[in-house]
Amino acid sequence: MVMKTEPLVLNIGPAHPSTHGVFRMRATLDGEVIIDVEPIFGYLHRGIEKLAEERTYQQFIPLTDRLDYVSAMGNNMAYCMAVEKLAAIPVPERAEYIRVIMAELQRIASHLIAVGSFLNDCGAFMTPILYMVREREKIVDLFEMVSGQRLTYNYMRFGGLSQDVPDEFLPALRKFIDQMPRYLDEYDQLLKENEILLARTKGVGILSKETAINCSMTGPMLRGSGVPWDLRKADPYSVYSRFEFDIPCGARGDSYDRYRVRVEEMRQSVRIIRQAMEQLPVGPVRSKTPVMLIRPPAGEVYSHVESPKGELGFYLVSDGSIAPYRCHIRGPSFINLTALREMIVGWKVADAIVIFGSIDIVMGEVDR
Amino acid sequence: MTRAISGEELAAGLEQRIPGSIIGTSKESILVNNQSLLSLAAHLKTEPGLEFDFLSSITAVDYYDYFEVIYQLTSLEHNHSIVLKVRCHDRENPAIPSLVGLWRGAELQEQEIFDLMGIRFEGHPNMKRIVLWEGFQGHPQRRDFLSW
Amino acid sequence: MDLVPTRRFVYSDADLDQHEGEVIEALKARSQQPIPDQDQWLSEKAPEAGILLTSVDKVIDWARSNALWSVVCFPACCAFEFISTAASRFDISRFGMEIIRASPRQADLMITAGTLTWKMAPNVRRIYDQMAEPKYVIAMGACGISGGIFQSSYGVVPGYSRIVPVDVYVPGCPPRPEALLYGIRMLQDKISKAKVFRK
Repeated sequence: MVMKTEPLVLNIGPAHPSTHGVFRMRATLDGEVIIDVEPIFGYLHRGIEKLAEERTYQQFIPLTDRLDYVSAMGNNMAYCMAVEKLAAIPVPERAEYIRVIMAELQRIASHLIAVGSFLNDCGAFMTPILYMVREREKIVDLFEMVSGQRLTYNYMRFGGLSQDVPDEFLPALRKFIDQMPRYLDEYDQLLKENEILLARTKGVGILSKETAINCSMTGPMLRGSGVPWDLRKADPYSVYSRFEFDIPCGARGDSYDRYRVRVEEMRQSVRIIRQAMEQLPVGPVRSKTPVMLIRPPAGEVYSHVESPKGELGFYLVSDGSIAPYRCHIRGPSFINLTALREMIVGWKVADAIVIFGSIDIVMGEVDR
Repeated sequence: MTRAISGEELAAGLEQRIPGSIIGTSKESILVNNQSLLSLAAHLKTEPGLEFDFLSSITAVDYYDYFEVIYQLTSLEHNHSIVLKVRCHDRENPAIPSLVGLWRGAELQEQEIFDLMGIRFEGHPNMKRIVLWEGFQGHPQRRDFLSW
Repeated sequence: MDLVPTRRFVYSDADLDQHEGEVIEALKARSQQPIPDQDQWLSEKAPEAGILLTSVDKVIDWARSNALWSVVCFPACCAFEFISTAASRFDISRFGMEIIRASPRQADLMITAGTLTWKMAPNVRRIYDQMAEPKYVIAMGACGISGGIFQSSYGVVPGYSRIVPVDVYVPGCPPRPEALLYGIRMLQDKISKAKVFRK
């Protein structure tokens, strides 16, 4: 027997607690099953790429903080690396090491928020995220020591850093690095074998290897599907080639795998920071570059880093003046949403929220 | 380390397979003829030894005389990369073929370029404004757009 | 048993997008001037009320100012400072407002954490309209006050006061949690001065 039903259009967002900001999904439901979904963007489109053309190269650094505001240090680093590549500015050893430490700390902070809000979407309202924010506050304190800001650091400059780390930073960092594995064990104890979490996430929202590559997914999304592609290994930038670390990979590509990849990546980041602290050289943290204005030679450059969400790329075109002629940002959160329809269609509304949470987007980077 | 294939080296082989497809080359990029973009991209994706299976990023630049659309292609298997460029001289009604059929990852990015730069991608399944609203005047990423 | 959708929708996606665009343009044309701040009464000399009404005022204001429930309206970066404020370290529940309501009808405070774009503006206005009286707005961060660093952009509303009347402005980009808590304290002071019964 064929039962005739009417499709129902359900708007999820833009002001909805589970959409991580102002994302909107126009879902078409058949009963409780989603038969079609259309992502709608633009509720946080601030025109950052256009603003870059109206500012000098230095003036754009604060705006990169506000792209993916959960990983501001990583964005700073990506943009500075692009300009350094364009203008051939050297970076001192010590600055590279401190940059790597900052980027990895930021990765831990970002994944903490990602995992916390993912569990929030699974139905564990507020409790897990309170744990995660507890650890994030410790990282934020470390960042505040070096930059004076809690969220938008504006710490890196072309050719190094704005200033060296203060004396009390390294002992505090060591203390945090010694504590962090214990916290991660605590999460594993609470969550890894948790029956409810397994039931909600195992086998939900499977993204196959081929689809993931075809849809240009990057970061934990791609690695969760079993592709060991990490720019820190595949195209080592900065001083990453000197550290030993593994690339955690999932097997099936479901929401649980993506969650596990994020947790394992935090452990690897701890490993990298520990090695970087041991190798940290002394010396200047900034090469001799103009403080106010730089004029890179005319040309274009594409530079990418592995941000917590995936491949963050900056495409800069210079015409030899003090401002970029064109600045394009390849936001990993934005492009990771390409496969949203593939993953969500066929699941129920409650599962769709879980799948969406496992993508881990930040709207500042999606809409830019 | 991702190896950037030199444009000249690649263009020599491509010119034999698809004659007339390459307009110019540089150290890291090849400039492709508008009409042969689709066949050339399909060739790059499937040819053994090249296998550019990952479209990393698409962007467009407005040079007043023409628009340039830039594709960053990577091969996850061989770990090498190439930059494809296409030019579009029509300013009033620019259009180039869409690559969604080959790489689904192009879908949202092409839509964004249509919204912000006004370049129409022919063959795209859902060519409409994505970040701005319907009824917005102009395309803000163009150099002659005035924001206030 | 198969389930087969029978008919397409009354409005197509294109119609809905078109309508959304019209709403945005209409709101944009309407809100070129900021809404004046609603706090002239703070400096006015209040008319003398009787002992009874003053006591009732006090009780009502005390109740209102100590149970502010905030609505979910977190477009951008400042949201993370708000989450930090709500989490255990800064602990917003000391002020009786740890409950963050997803439904505007159960909330009486809107903390506007983040940049507002014209595309989002009708939704924020709708959230504000759906909140029950008495309702208050804290504009958090530089973007909430004036558009901040994004002011010259084509898509950004220069300040929440174009869309909704604002009670307290909290500067900073983003404001520290302490600054937000200070802003909440200021709002509580403001509420406790309000006269519920007026002539």
